[in-house]
Amino acid sequence: MSDGVGNGGDRGEAVLAIFQRGTEFTKELLGENERLRRALNEIEGRQREAAQSPEDWEKLRQELIHRICHLESENRDIMEQLRHVESENHQFAERYIEIEEENNNLANLYVASYQLHSTLDPSEVLRVIVEIVINLIGAEVFCVYVCPEDSDVLEPVAAEGAELDAFSPQKLGAGTIGESVASGVVACIDGATTAGPDGVDGVPIVSIPLRVLDMPLGAIAVHKLLQQKSGFSALDHELFTLLAGHAATAIFASRLYAQSERKLTTIQGFIDLLTK
Amino acid sequence: MAKHRILIVEDSPTMRQLLAFALKRLKGVEIIEASDGMDGLRKVTSDHFDLAFVDINMPVMDGLKLISLIRGEQNLESMGICVITTEGAKEDRERALSLGADEYLTKPIQANRVLAVAKSLLKLE
Repeated sequence: MSDGVGNGGDRGEAVLAIFQRGTEFTKELLGENERLRRALNEIEGRQREAAQSPEDWEKLRQELIHRICHLESENRDIMEQLRHVESENHQFAERYIEIEEENNNLANLYVASYQLHSTLDPSEVLRVIVEIVINLIGAEVFCVYVCPEDSDVLEPVAAEGAELDAFSPQKLGAGTIGESVASGVVACIDGATTAGPDGVDGVPIVSIPLRVLDMPLGAIAVHKLLQQKSGFSALDHELFTLLAGHAATAIFASRLYAQSERKLTTIQGFIDLLTK
Repeated sequence: MAKHRILIVEDSPTMRQLLAFALKRLKGVEIIEASDGMDGLRKVTSDHFDLAFVDINMPVMDGLKLISLIRGEQNLESMGICVITTEGAKEDRERALSLGADEYLTKPIQANRVLAVAKSLLKLE
């Protein structure tokens, strides 16, 4: 008997729970219904305010179409202006990069020129030439030749990457180096990074003539570039031109200075001898 | 404005001038030069530097030795070091970086690359 009463109680609670859930669900539905009814009333109210008749509706439709066309036209104009500004920005960015590169190149040329003319000591001038060829051009194996006065032979005076005596003297007007010095024209094999199988005795990948007032002074012959250098750039060609003129002038000036110093010392010694 | 101090350790006056020329475009930097590894070591141990550009092949003390000595000093651990060298082989680069260099640039240098490295190591915009 008591079990039946207990079971009856449980069933009653279950039914009550179902009724309670049903009530909550119904309340939710009624709430949603009320919300939708309010929204519908709002829309109907806006419709009534917008147009009272089919003609008003048509007028409103036309106005909206016209407004849309106007906005689309404005949008196209703005997009066109944006494309124009983007194009200008792109051009400015490209020009900025060009100018920065030109600036960097000019800095290299300025430093090379400054260093070449910063000394009158012949050995220092040679040292600067070697530094420029290593650090600015990026050469690994090269030789600097100088033509003594009243001579037509280019003597190797400074070298890097190989022993100095591995480089043979060059006759003016003969071979790649001699011909470039005689003509005053830079001889360059573009795209090459190393000379042929003859090594330092063979054709250099670039021969830079050093001349002052059409007078041959020497040459710089590059036989191999540094590993990380893949060829000659526009800046390198500018450096060849700079070296052809300024290195030659620097060598010439230092030579004159050394000669004048020696003469001055001799004359001074002679004067001292006479006045004692 | 607080200055960033940059040390250039390079035996070639041409390279020192070129690096200084490039780095002077940075605002708020002071550039000091050293002509060899020993001179560079003296300067870093006697004064504060934020960044050093170090050549490898130098007389008296080479750049790799200098870098290992710098990294051995506790108070110099945070200093940025960029190697600038003619040695382009991968092994040379790896060796320098393993000794404590932060960046490795090969000659001939590009000024904009030097600036980019300096800005990166000094954490400038």
